[in-house]
Amino acid sequence: MNNLIDLEKKINSELGTKINSSEIKHNQIYLGIDSEDLIDVVLFVKTNKDTKFRQLIDITVVDYPERSKRFKIVYLFLSHEFNQRMILSYDISENEVISSLTSIFPSANWMEREVFDMYGVSFKDHPDLRRILTDYGFEGHPLRKDFPLTGHTEVRYSEDQKKVVNEPVKLEQNYRNFDYESPWEGTKYIKELTDSNDKKN
Amino acid sequence: MTKKIKNLNLNFGPQHPAAHGVLRLILELDGEVVEKADPHIGLLHRGTEKLIENKTYMQAVPYFDRLDYVAPMNQEHAFALAVEKILDIDVPIRAQFIRVMFCEIGRILSHILNVTTQALDVGALTPSLWGFEERETLMTFYERASGSRLHANYFRAGGVHQDLPAGLEADIAKFCETFPKIINDLENLLTDNRIFKQRNVDIGVVTKEDALDYSFSGVMIRGSGVPWDLRKSQPYDCYDQLEFKIPVGKNGDCYDRYLCRIEEMKESIKIIKQCLSKMEKGPIKTFDGKITPPSKKDIKQSMEALIHHFKLFTEGYRVPKDEIYTAVEAPKGEFGVYLISDGSSKPYKCKIRAPGFSHLQSMDYLIKGHMLADVPAVLGSLDIVFGEVDR
Repeated sequence: MNNLIDLEKKINSELGTKINSSEIKHNQIYLGIDSEDLIDVVLFVKTNKDTKFRQLIDITVVDYPERSKRFKIVYLFLSHEFNQRMILSYDISENEVISSLTSIFPSANWMEREVFDMYGVSFKDHPDLRRILTDYGFEGHPLRKDFPLTGHTEVRYSEDQKKVVNEPVKLEQNYRNFDYESPWEGTKYIKELTDSNDKKN
Repeated sequence: MTKKIKNLNLNFGPQHPAAHGVLRLILELDGEVVEKADPHIGLLHRGTEKLIENKTYMQAVPYFDRLDYVAPMNQEHAFALAVEKILDIDVPIRAQFIRVMFCEIGRILSHILNVTTQALDVGALTPSLWGFEERETLMTFYERASGSRLHANYFRAGGVHQDLPAGLEADIAKFCETFPKIINDLENLLTDNRIFKQRNVDIGVVTKEDALDYSFSGVMIRGSGVPWDLRKSQPYDCYDQLEFKIPVGKNGDCYDRYLCRIEEMKESIKIIKQCLSKMEKGPIKTFDGKITPPSKKDIKQSMEALIHHFKLFTEGYRVPKDEIYTAVEAPKGEFGVYLISDGSSKPYKCKIRAPGFSHLQSMDYLIKGHMLADVPAVLGSLDIVFGEVDR
């Protein structure tokens, strides 16, 4: 369907309870679902003649360490026929294993490998779940928010051992992360006061 | 007597001139026929996404130059558009034309590199010598506008960094007159060349269905006959005011993709010409003082401007809480930025969608059953640059 609002209605009426939230923003549809319904929802939007989201653009994860359901898994879809984009997402906790999309979209293979590599999220029924971007024998998941920017190890060629060795990171100077948040905007209670004043006006 | 034959495993790369960068390809061969290809990537992984999460929005721009380093400004464009959409600011029309013009220059840069190195991979040396001379000219245009040949750091949310220097527009116009002749020369060398055709026609054929399933975009999907170009279907900046055609292939083989790239270069020249003629003098950045740094003159005269300048280059501008995916038609395909902002001056998450990643993924599907000598030909037509694949 070429009209976004019709399309949103169509998806909501056909899938009913499987859609937890839907929203239209920036000319795209944002859908929230449950992790168990992933395969059903994706199969529907891919094959239905009114949606035809035939292409999986990307899979990614957003890490919110403070939440109990830590990871938000995000799927981006594109429908060439109707020129629409859709963003599908759901939340999972840290050790949950989610279903793989490789049987529906072969291109999900590397995208899921990247997610596994960067965030440590596991997929069931994935044909070949290996690390992809990091080094052979790498430990940890770099894009998690609790992974330090400098990493844990550094490599160098050791002249004694005649091979490349991994060592803990030694920095001449610690990574400096300054807090530039404006000190001129006043302390918290003043901020709250001005905010409430703004609302009144 | 029966002899037992074992498949041969061949390690191609990571240091191989035909691997177009640092690709390690593990090939399983049965005689000279490739049975399986397993690309190992990540040798150029620099953690761009992690770094961007720790930098302000303005500091994140240079990282985009280093992704697809043969067409730097096209990547910056995607990021600038994403931030602009969240901030909801308008870009002055002159800035839009400048950006589109430099994106098309980037497209020519990338396509020259790809077409000529693909020819080099199948045995023709001359095209690369002729093509690289033109790339050098184009990169001096980059240098005159931004100060550097490759890592431009020129686009900003709300416009471009500075106006074009005097005389640049005239020189680009001059280039547009001479360049079509060079494309003709390249075509004379390659298009009807028997060897070039033998090496490329019917090699690495992609059907329409598979192009969709494997998340192809750009020339890879157009070569297979799907008329899809984001500049037409989801126009950004001033593309809707410009006239150009979208070349589409028929057979989806390496040769059609080569033809598409040649035609796209011709269309890019048309777009650049239109930009030059439609461009008028005017502002090149948004006037919003909370996003655009003040001019040097203002800093010397106004306290307010000085404070703005200081705050913009220490804290950076803040971007309201939002979530957005924005894509542009980069030379290699759909280049997208999935940005999550949390109201602070640094992105909470910035996922980069590189076209080369999904193209390279299909290597196994494309090369299965082909001869070993076809590996460089297919790899060349995929247009892989490791800066963006490995991020």
